[in-house]
Amino acid sequence: MGRGNSIALVLLVLAVAGLPFVTTGSYTLTVGIFSGINALVAIGLCVLMGSAGQVSLGQAGFYGIGAYVSSVLSIKFGLPVALSMIAAMAVASAAAALLAVPALRLKGHYLAVATLGFGEIINVILNEWGPGGPSGFGDIPHLSLFGYTLSSTTSNFYFIWLCVAAGLVFSLNILNSMTGRSLRAIHGSETASIAMGLDIVALKIKVFVLSAIYASLAGALYAHYVTFISPSSFNLFYSVLALMMVVLGGITNVWGGVVGAVIITILPELLRKFEEFDVLVYGLILTLSLLFLRKGLVPLLIEKAARLKGGTDARA
Amino acid sequence: MLELKGISKGFGGVKALSLVSLSVEAGSVSALIGPNGAGKSTLLNAISGIDPPDEGEVIFSGERVNRLSPMAIARRGLSRTFQHLELFGEMTVLENIMVGRNARTKAGFLAAGLRLPSGLREERESLSSSEEILDYIKLGHHRDDLASNLPIGEQRVLEIGRALATGPKLLLLDEPAAGLNMRETRDLGELIKRIRTEKGITILLVEHDMDLVMRISDAITVLNFGEVIARGTPLEIQKDPLVIAAYLGDEAA
Repeated sequence: MGRGNSIALVLLVLAVAGLPFVTTGSYTLTVGIFSGINALVAIGLCVLMGSAGQVSLGQAGFYGIGAYVSSVLSIKFGLPVALSMIAAMAVASAAAALLAVPALRLKGHYLAVATLGFGEIINVILNEWGPGGPSGFGDIPHLSLFGYTLSSTTSNFYFIWLCVAAGLVFSLNILNSMTGRSLRAIHGSETASIAMGLDIVALKIKVFVLSAIYASLAGALYAHYVTFISPSSFNLFYSVLALMMVVLGGITNVWGGVVGAVIITILPELLRKFEEFDVLVYGLILTLSLLFLRKGLVPLLIEKAARLKGGTDARA
Repeated sequence: MLELKGISKGFGGVKALSLVSLSVEAGSVSALIGPNGAGKSTLLNAISGIDPPDEGEVIFSGERVNRLSPMAIARRGLSRTFQHLELFGEMTVLENIMVGRNARTKAGFLAAGLRLPSGLREERESLSSSEEILDYIKLGHHRDDLASNLPIGEQRVLEIGRALATGPKLLLLDEPAAGLNMRETRDLGELIKRIRTEKGITILLVEHDMDLVMRISDAITVLNFGEVIARGTPLEIQKDPLVIAAYLGDEAA
């Protein structure tokens, strides 16, 4: 990790640690929790899109698998929540690998199309066979760690953002490693990557599985926090929203995923005062940002900062 | 080192290569020349597995490799550069070379994400050997520049450096002098000779710059319309009437 990342990480930790002390009531923290859950999905998608150049329109499927598998295992089989969460991530990884093996052997945007179909299939399955069908189910237990149950808003807020920070560091480490360079190389030239002996199919499958792990962890955290889930939280709209977060924040930098997730989560809350026009203003803001911030917010800010410093290094 | 037996390749109804046989001695610099459209690049693609031959055998280090994937062939010690540059443009010069070493490393996502000692050790080894190569090809001053910002001549040299990083036994160079000025071409010739004598790497190059080819090659094979029309030392090739005819047109023969 470079110096910039370390500074940004310290700022993030300070902001997260301080937020509960400067807010009254649980509203802000609740929005913070959802920002964190979305940030996890976005980080995984960011690594997939920004480094490996693949697009997924099915992250809601993995998000849903995380939530449903973990909830069902903890309710029906009485598994400790921490274990059921890990099991849910394993199931999502297996699903991702099964989906990626045929899709990634083909070139181009087949993965995007395959994931779109996958997400819809998962949603149909949850509607038809999920407990409670379309209306979902409740009484999902909170996460307990070392005898302490995360039931309060503050404890969930801290734990979820701890996961975000860990997820961020993990991704940053990967991107700054040989593995990360291989992924970026594939994005740069598949022909040359193969000629260098890189196993590009295996790498693409693994990075796709990684994105599914992030999304399923987020789904499980969501389920054990709100304690009630239904299929409508895991539909195509959520996949598109996740894509929006990543594009808005900037795909070439995993911080973009975090920033995009926070903005996309907070924006509808801020627009409440427009009442029935909120969706219109929301759409307008997003359209304008995508038009004028092509590279995404974070890479743009880094570029601006580098130019201010008078540096010639314009890498984001 | 490399043995081609009866390689044929067609695209639709067009025969790009027919029954090409060729042998490259270990430790030599061999050149493949011929007019445009003679099938030189097609042959390199057939050897490296990017576009496998329809018929015939490619024997590399005593092993038949023409059914293997390009990745598997690369991992057996055959590396190449591209006529149309295929650098990782958005990565730095050093990173491009480091990617060349990646196939030889074992650390995966978990080792990388958690910064496990095994991954960090490989990382350090990769960095130091890549910096060595960077000095060897004399691009140290561009270490942290984006590859796409280098002039063409240095991009070609960087492709060679990246191929060297894979630790090849055989290096295929596809028109390494294309777009280079005279001084750059002379330096390139020196680099190729050094790679052969100092590193003991066998080289097979496709090249249009006859001056360069005649100066550095031990053996030359001439292709025309997908067939081998001559093979020999630079001196023999320069005097061969078939070669002169192929280059100047039939009327001259």
